[in-house]
Amino acid sequence: MLKIKELTVAYTSTPVFSDLSVAFSPGKITGIIGPNGAGKSTLIKGALGLIRRTGESFVDNQLVRRVRRKIAYVEQRAALDLTFPISVFEVVLTGTYGKLGLFKSPGQTERNDVMKALEQVNLTEFRNRQIGELSGGQLQRVFVARAIVQQADVVILDEPFVGIDMKSEEEIMHVLRDWRAAGKTIIVVHHDLNKVANYFDDLLIMNHGIVAHGPVSDVYNKVNIQQAFSADLSAVLFTETEDVS
Amino acid sequence: MTSIGEFIAALGHYNFLQSALLASVMVGIMSGIIGSYIILRGMSLMGDAISHSVLPGVAVAYMLGINLLIGASAFGVIAALLIGFVATNSKLKNDTAIGIVFSAFFALGFILISMAESSTNLHHILFGNVLAVSDRDLITTIIVLAIVILFIVLFFKELLITSFDETFAKTYGLKTGYVHYGLMIVLTLVTVSALQTVGIILIVAMLITPAATAFLWTNRLTTMVVLASALGALASTIGLYLSYTLNWASGPAIVLVAALIFLGSFIVSPKQGFVTKLMGVKNA
Repeated sequence: MLKIKELTVAYTSTPVFSDLSVAFSPGKITGIIGPNGAGKSTLIKGALGLIRRTGESFVDNQLVRRVRRKIAYVEQRAALDLTFPISVFEVVLTGTYGKLGLFKSPGQTERNDVMKALEQVNLTEFRNRQIGELSGGQLQRVFVARAIVQQADVVILDEPFVGIDMKSEEEIMHVLRDWRAAGKTIIVVHHDLNKVANYFDDLLIMNHGIVAHGPVSDVYNKVNIQQAFSADLSAVLFTETEDVS
Repeated sequence: MTSIGEFIAALGHYNFLQSALLASVMVGIMSGIIGSYIILRGMSLMGDAISHSVLPGVAVAYMLGINLLIGASAFGVIAALLIGFVATNSKLKNDTAIGIVFSAFFALGFILISMAESSTNLHHILFGNVLAVSDRDLITTIIVLAIVILFIVLFFKELLITSFDETFAKTYGLKTGYVHYGLMIVLTLVTVSALQTVGIILIVAMLITPAATAFLWTNRLTTMVVLASALGALASTIGLYLSYTLNWASGPAIVLVAALIFLGSFIVSPKQGFVTKLMGVKNA
């Protein structure tokens, strides 16, 4: 369970959101949706303490900064140097670093964990590839494998499905469902409104603050989407679904 | 031009030449190691800046009669902190902050060195004077090499992950700032050792050229570090030979050899793939 309490983040003098409080339930996949610039990624980075913020966040009632290892974070596929001399296996192995702490090297146990995680995302045969030689989807699966190895209670993924192939998307969803079955708290910042109902149990709809939060069936409706996005989008989305059904 | 046989004979005769070779090789090794991390972290300019910024520290150490390493490290770290401070507390970009701080430190160093002129030779600090390496310098260099190796062995994981994915390191609770400043301290120690062989101005070449060359040949970090240090040692040895036989300044000779090795690798290495592309072979 990840709990965020009275979080305020301001990059400039106007805050992105203020005094935001929300709790994410374990055993559920929660999607965070909202228009560009609504503060979805900012909420995550604020909760993780990666950016300057006021407020606090907790995992199982312990301050996040005390129990960082209980959270695995898969960043928006971003500013990483893809020419870095590192293989797929080694990237996933870095997922064991937090648990190992200083001065300890990964041993056979850690290597076995990595091999199992690679198998789960179907990348075993790519384990010795340099990471720049992978497709976008394969690369995203590498980072999901690293999150598996971290064995965290809370897993946060920022836009994991952007620019990747269908097969990778399905494999990642498969891992998320495994995590859900294991009772982890899973949070996914998401872009594509079409798959919301298929992918998520709960939904946090944002637009510079919380518009709605709850089970998808309760909160994914015309009113909330209109409030967070626009009347046009919500009209298109919800008249279409009514027509079809 | 003296033959290689004569150079080896001279090595047997002259203590100063033995010391020079030992010092050059050790500096080549340590700068190859640290340089690998510097280029992977995209900090080539920072490496240049820190190596220039130790100049006032060298001057102050001479004036006060304290160990060069202490004076230089102090100023190297102050420069790194100032650069970090300016970059985070202004809207200026990092390279601008680096440019302001290191040129100011270098200028200050010039003035301080000229005030301390009696016991130092500015020309030697700037371009190196490897043939004047004392036994004490040699011991210092051995200690620094030991520190460098210990540092990268003990903190292998931390250096790897902060170089590759700093955000990830932060999310699992690693104090990435400590790793950064630790690396800066070790970098200043390397700089002080390299003062003797290549001088302050060309240190950046020893840091980045062998490491960049190694980068062209491998996709593994440990291989890159080992290869970079081997290339650094090789360039130092050949450079020293040229310096001795042709009476060239040691620093520029070593740096030019390193650059030539890079040029050769740039043309033929499979990763860069000039030759392989020309031959129409698929990139390895």
